[in-house]
Amino acid sequence: MKTHSLSQTFSTLARQDKKALLVYIVAGDPTPSLTVPLMHRLVAAGADAIELGLPFSDPEAEGPVIQLAHERALAHKTSLRDCLQMTASFRQDDPVTPVILMGYLNPIETLGYVAFGEQGAEAGVSGTIIVNLPPEEAGDLGQILEAHGIDNICLLAPTTGDERAKYICRASRGFVYYVSLTGTTGAATLDIDAVAAQLARFRTLSDLPMLVGFGIKDATSARAVSQVADGVIVGSAIVSLMAEHAADPALLIDRVVDFVSRLRNAIDR
Amino acid sequence: MSRSEAKSSRDAIGQNESLYALPDDRGHFGQFGGKFVAETLMTALAELESEYRRLKEDKSFTAELARDLADYVGRASPLYFAERLSRETGGAAIYLKREDLNHTGAHKINNCIGQALLAKYMGKPRIIAETGAGQHGVAAATVAARFGLECRVYMGSEDIRRQSLNVYRMKLLGAEVVPVTSGSKTLKDALNEAMRDWVTHVDRTHYIIGSVAGPHPYPMLVRDFQSVIGEETRQQFQDMHGGLPDALVACVGGGSNAMGMFYPFLGERSVRLIGVEAAGRGLDSGEHAAPLGRGRVGVLHGNRTYVMGDEDGQIIPTHSISAGLDYPGVGPEHAYLKDLGRAEYVAVDDAQALAAFRRLNLLEGILPALESAHALAYGMQLAAEMERTQTLVINLSGRGDKDIAIIAEIDGISID
Repeated sequence: MKTHSLSQTFSTLARQDKKALLVYIVAGDPTPSLTVPLMHRLVAAGADAIELGLPFSDPEAEGPVIQLAHERALAHKTSLRDCLQMTASFRQDDPVTPVILMGYLNPIETLGYVAFGEQGAEAGVSGTIIVNLPPEEAGDLGQILEAHGIDNICLLAPTTGDERAKYICRASRGFVYYVSLTGTTGAATLDIDAVAAQLARFRTLSDLPMLVGFGIKDATSARAVSQVADGVIVGSAIVSLMAEHAADPALLIDRVVDFVSRLRNAIDR
Repeated sequence: MSRSEAKSSRDAIGQNESLYALPDDRGHFGQFGGKFVAETLMTALAELESEYRRLKEDKSFTAELARDLADYVGRASPLYFAERLSRETGGAAIYLKREDLNHTGAHKINNCIGQALLAKYMGKPRIIAETGAGQHGVAAATVAARFGLECRVYMGSEDIRRQSLNVYRMKLLGAEVVPVTSGSKTLKDALNEAMRDWVTHVDRTHYIIGSVAGPHPYPMLVRDFQSVIGEETRQQFQDMHGGLPDALVACVGGGSNAMGMFYPFLGERSVRLIGVEAAGRGLDSGEHAAPLGRGRVGVLHGNRTYVMGDEDGQIIPTHSISAGLDYPGVGPEHAYLKDLGRAEYVAVDDAQALAAFRRLNLLEGILPALESAHALAYGMQLAAEMERTQTLVINLSGRGDKDIAIIAEIDGISID
């Protein structure tokens, strides 16, 4: 078992009776040189794993906040190879915190599935979330990632029926990502009762940890969701803070660290 | 073919399994096609597919579609023997399939009528669409008005600037036109934004994709709705000339007019099928929209196909004088037909398309869309190399009124 595996992280959290906090940033936003230092600070502030967004020219499932982050990262030509290098560089100082690459299929397809599996394992990637790759289409890549010890995490949506959810849970590795609302990232606020009801339905289908993303904006919503899920994923709220302070990296890090610490406290309270 | 015959020949939709029965159950054309979308949309796509498979065999649905195609769209569109153009070109006899004479001025309405009917039968009160030049947006807004559906059209802010006439036309039809300012601010970004809308409002919204692109079942159902073009052509050619034409030529952006023309002829090996992409400022300039000619296999907008991408897998900006061809992907069935060798794909640049545009005006008194002018340019070149006894059908997919301002600007004339 790798030291930076998701299952290790989740079993540690379970022993401590804690819920997971995953934090999403886009690699290269606002500048590539800031990404790795920021990752370390996010971990110090309480993130249990980092979701590193892979910049893409056509991020069709993202709301405006994350779309703009992709554009800022692409203005610096941040490529998939750069993201793998950032992960490798992060690993030199942090051998345990999982790094999950989250993005769209085309850059991975262009690099090649085998090359991606090999280079990802070598860089210390723990998992992948490929937004536009449902399990039906994930066969080849899924096998290659599995062979390299990288967990390909699948998504569930409010529109997913029971039969399909069963299939997705079987295909998913590491955890299951429940997209808590029909919409793009950063959209409307959550209905906690609805999330709880959906998770109760999905929990009968799988023993994997169930994490919730989309619509978690602050400490209050993070706490509420963490009480019904195994963990929360926060993206747009952080990316939005980063956009606000893009011109001042020191202030950006302070603000993001402060925000993540508050999320951590709210979840652990 | 009379209109009543056009009706009677369409009691089923999209039936041609003479060459292959594709897509397969998972929506694949060989390695191409598929469903590469966020999980939230998977259930909606499955519903759309099962509803479509049911309705295409449903007599009341197909009868209503046939009636609207005849009485509202004005089908059958004529097949016209372009005698003077043929003589001046000096080779094969050139026939033009006059999709420009349809209501709203292009083939786009064939698909929009079909999909609006689907929306109606599925009980969805709202439709959304993406548009580049505005032709698909106008067709979607038109059928929304016709069926009393709420309609929102996404259009890149750059295209809105270039196509103000169509924007106003959509508004007159009661549609809301939403400018898209992300990415390159063109058609591909409008498609992204329409997908985002669909993800958010999927319970009450049907997304009318304008081409044989997008996730399964769209490439299949748009092809089926457009194949009325090829079915009519086949019958009309038989009636006018006898036999089958030697070649069919159609322009390819996403590729819906070409797919609709080719599909009923796939099993007829003697008929050459030629798709014409936009070479823009030249294939070697890098500024073109020819993913079949110069692209690589990739995944964009829900399907695997040839795309214009760089070595990092980012989608790169395209260029064509014709906004309707200015798209970095292409329908997955075209990608399959290319690899299969059943269809040939060539490219025509901006200057050649413009020359063909002018020539058809002068020789036949027909104002073609700049998209269709690409097919014309190659069709004329090919006809010249063919024997006088041979025949060629060019799909005149739309009329060029929308392009007059662009041509005038090139000529240095102000018509504001």
